[in-house]
Amino acid sequence: MSNIIVEFKDVHKSFNGLLIHNGINLSILEGEIMSLLGGSGSGKSVLLKELIGLIKPDRGDIVVFGKNITQMREHDLIRLREHIGLLFQGAALFDSLTVAENIAYPLREHLDLTESEIKNRVAEKLHVVGLSGIENKMPVELSGGMKKRVGLARAIATEPDIILYDEPTTGLDPITAQRINDLIVELQRKLGVTTVVVTHDLHCVRMVSDRIAMLHEGKIIMVGTWEELAASGIPAVKDFISGTICD
Amino acid sequence: MNLLLSIDVAVRKFILLVGQVSLLTIKGFVGIFVPPFNLKLILREIDTFGAGSLFLVNLIALFTGMVMALQTIYGLRMYGAEIYVGSVVSLSLVRELGPVMASIMVGARVGSGIAAEIGAMQVTEQIDAMRALGASPVKKLVSPKILAGMMTLPLLTVTADIVGIFGGMVIALYELEIDRTFYIDSVLTTITISDFLSGIGKTAIFGLLVAVIGCYFGLQTTGGTTGVGRSTTITVVTISILILISDFFLTKLFLIIL
Repeated sequence: MSNIIVEFKDVHKSFNGLLIHNGINLSILEGEIMSLLGGSGSGKSVLLKELIGLIKPDRGDIVVFGKNITQMREHDLIRLREHIGLLFQGAALFDSLTVAENIAYPLREHLDLTESEIKNRVAEKLHVVGLSGIENKMPVELSGGMKKRVGLARAIATEPDIILYDEPTTGLDPITAQRINDLIVELQRKLGVTTVVVTHDLHCVRMVSDRIAMLHEGKIIMVGTWEELAASGIPAVKDFISGTICD
Repeated sequence: MNLLLSIDVAVRKFILLVGQVSLLTIKGFVGIFVPPFNLKLILREIDTFGAGSLFLVNLIALFTGMVMALQTIYGLRMYGAEIYVGSVVSLSLVRELGPVMASIMVGARVGSGIAAEIGAMQVTEQIDAMRALGASPVKKLVSPKILAGMMTLPLLTVTADIVGIFGGMVIALYELEIDRTFYIDSVLTTITISDFLSGIGKTAIFGLLVAVIGCYFGLQTTGGTTGVGRSTTITVVTISILILISDFFLTKLFLIIL
């Protein structure tokens, strides 16, 4: 747990004149679970999309596996994405494809596997997320929690080195949310992957994180463990943890 | 001053739009020839464009042919030349009405469908997911639609031409009681290969327009379900306008070439 696998260096990003990131500096270590905490609209999801190259920052560098991805062309980014799995906030399953086809999607794009190997890999990943036997269902037939877990199965299909979770527990009932939290920790332990969780769910943060980064007004204002965060004297951190409104 | 500023902003937006659409067209077109080739996707799009529109296009063509015959008979009767109804109806249909009516119908039906489908995928992050999973949305979504549009619209137009001419014949037989063979002969002696090709040639370009405009506004969708509705509307309006404007220039071009 010592090598830096992802590094944000002075990252700036704005949309239509609205400043989202105002000099983000953050290092994520190999094998750790790092949670990005912050209010709605603070730019947490944008940071994840920048990490995987879906959005380019206006300024600054993002170094992933030792390579500056802000300079990469789409063709090279596609190869990089084989090693990064992303669970979207709404799961983002393809409506027109079955569960099996959704999970097989990155396998067909990235890997040269036979149909039987793909079938086995799909079944294996569904088993990991506790949804064996639903290969032929369509996304519309699934509940919110099931969609998230299928999305997770798809994100880990290529056995990536980094898994990114965008609001993994938002909109789920407490039991399903807890199941997702357990899955995040279990996957990290089993596969040894580096995990980045974007959330504003404090329970999720406390359950899963090795370290937490607090995003506020476009900057990372604190990085530390849950205990350090809870004991912090920084007003924005204190207010966020206690649920009061900060200026 | 404010007016000048507004004009400046509008011009900049228009130039940006033209640039983005052109870039999408080039990327989508190149994607057709770059492996891997997904035959299943292409066939699905051909089915949506062609088979799905076949009934609608031919229904419209039938009644267009019939109403054209009624109006032509009315006009030509003043000069006692109503027996040439077959020539006038077929020439109008093959050179102009068949291609434009079929394209506008397909544009409204398929173009709006493309914008809604891709727009919904955009607002539910499926386009981002596609990129995150290592696929190119242009290659997966735009290229097959361009190919399907350019292939199927000419074929649909051929059927629309035939059905429209048939509609004209039904009216001519009923209204004028002319001989069926005479009507068919007058059609075949009037229509030349260049008339046929100029009509069909235009529709390949119209097919490209329908696919690219639908995809472009779908990919530009923001703002949830309201945004999807907005994209769908602007797609139909833009496709209809562009078909009619480009029809003028293409007609002029084909008159010079053929």
